[in-house]
Amino acid sequence: MQSKKEHEHLGREKLQRIINTCKSVEDRSLDPFLVDIKGNINTVKEYFPEWKIPEDLCLDAETVHHFASVTRLQSEWVKHRSTNLYTDPFLLEDKIRRMEKIDIVKTFAKIWRPTIELEQISLRSMTEALEYWDSLLPMKERWKENALGENQTGTATREELINQRILRDIAFSEELETFWHELKKTTAEKGENGKIHYWNFVGAETYSETVQRAFMTSFLITYGYATLEIHPLEEEIFIVPNQELAPRTANKQLVSIPIAVSAEDWQKWKKGELQ
Amino acid sequence: MSKRKAYYASKLKRATHLLFYKKHKKPGVKGWELHKALGPDYPKVLKLLDDYVKTLDLQVKTVFEEDRPMEKPTTGQLDKARFLITLRGEITPKEAKMIGWRVDDLAGLAIAITYIISKKGKAPRKEVEDLLRDKLPGWKVGLNVDRYIRYGYLTQDENEQLYLDWRTRAEVDQNALVDLILSHEKT
Repeated sequence: MQSKKEHEHLGREKLQRIINTCKSVEDRSLDPFLVDIKGNINTVKEYFPEWKIPEDLCLDAETVHHFASVTRLQSEWVKHRSTNLYTDPFLLEDKIRRMEKIDIVKTFAKIWRPTIELEQISLRSMTEALEYWDSLLPMKERWKENALGENQTGTATREELINQRILRDIAFSEELETFWHELKKTTAEKGENGKIHYWNFVGAETYSETVQRAFMTSFLITYGYATLEIHPLEEEIFIVPNQELAPRTANKQLVSIPIAVSAEDWQKWKKGELQ
Repeated sequence: MSKRKAYYASKLKRATHLLFYKKHKKPGVKGWELHKALGPDYPKVLKLLDDYVKTLDLQVKTVFEEDRPMEKPTTGQLDKARFLITLRGEITPKEAKMIGWRVDDLAGLAIAITYIISKKGKAPRKEVEDLLRDKLPGWKVGLNVDRYIRYGYLTQDENEQLYLDWRTRAEVDQNALVDLILSHEKT
C-alpha cells in the first residue's frame, strides 16, 4: 500500500512531467494535439485534494495554466490547417532543400516587393550643419588650443625609476631563474614523477598573484626552463621542470598553447574543485 | 486649378515627402502621423498617391498591426497601421543585386521566411540555421540571420524562436511564396 507521502511525491512528479511536455510543445512548435488534455486533467483532478501547502497549489495552478496555453495552440493549429496558408512543413522543407539557390531567388523575386526608402539631407539638417560649420574653429586654432607645453628635460635616479615602476629592482632573467628554482623545489615537494599539476604551481592566495605566476610560468616554458605535459582526454596540464636549461633548437617547431587563467577557475582551485 | 484640386495636390506632395524619406529607424510612417500631418482625410490622399505612383511601378502599402490585411479597416486600425512605399511589380534577381542583395543572402531570406511560414509563423533559430547551412557556408549563416533580424524581416524572442517581422508582412506575399515554391518543378 502506498503511503500518503509517496502518493503526494508521485503526484508532484506527474504534474511536473505534464508541465514539461506542455512547455516543449509551446517552445518547439510541436503538434499541440500530442498533449492528452483530457487524460492529464483527470490526473490533476486526482491529486488536487492532496495539495495543502502553497507550493503544491502553485504547481497545480501552473499545470492548469499550461493546459490553457496548449488548448489555445490547439485552436490556432486547427485554424491554421483550415487556411490556405497551411502546408505540410516536411513537404515544404523537402522542396526548399531540393531547389537550386538561383531558383529560390527567382521564385522569391516574383513575390518580393522591396520597400522604397530614401535617405537624403533635408533643408533643416543642412541649416543645422551650416550653423555647426560656422561655429567650428579652424584647424590651426584648434591645434593652438591643444598645443603641448614645452617639456623640460632632467635626470632621474635608478631608485626613482624603480618607484615609478619603469625599471624593476631585479633583472627579469634573475627573477626567472629564482622562479625556476621555486618550480623545481615545489615539484620535488608536492609534485609526482617529476611533474606538478599546472594549477598547483600557478595558483596563489590572490587572483592577481596567480596571473603573475602564470605569466612567469609561460616564460619558463618558452625559454626552456620547463616543459608542459598535456593530457587532453583528462583535461590535465602538468609542468615538468628541466633540471638544466634546455637549448632551443632552430629546427624544432614551437607551438603556442593558450591556457585560460580565469577568476572563476582560480576560485574553483581555491575551493579544491579544480584538479 | 480648382481650389479642391490645389488642396489635394499640396497634400499629395506632403504625403510623398513623409512616405519616401526615412525619418525613423524603420521606413514608412504610422497612420496617426499621417493623420496629424495631412488631416483626417489622409486615406483619400494615400489612395490618390497610390494611383499616381502606379505608373512608376510603385504602390502605397498598408501594414496592419493585426498581422493580416483588412477589407474595411476602422480609423483606429488605420491610425495604428504603418504605411510604406513598395515596388508594385516583380523584380529580377539582377535588380535585386543592384539594390544590395547578394543571391546567396536573398536565397537564405526566402528559405528562412518559407520555413517559418510552414511552422505556423514561429520556428527555433537553430532549425532555421541548420536548414540554411545546407546551402550557405557555415560562417555566414548566423551573420545572415542577424542581418534579416536587423532589417526587420525576422524577429527573435528570448527563447531563440524566430518569427516573421513587419518588413516581411510589408514586402512578401506569404501565400504566393508558398504556392510558388510548392509548384516549382525542376527544369
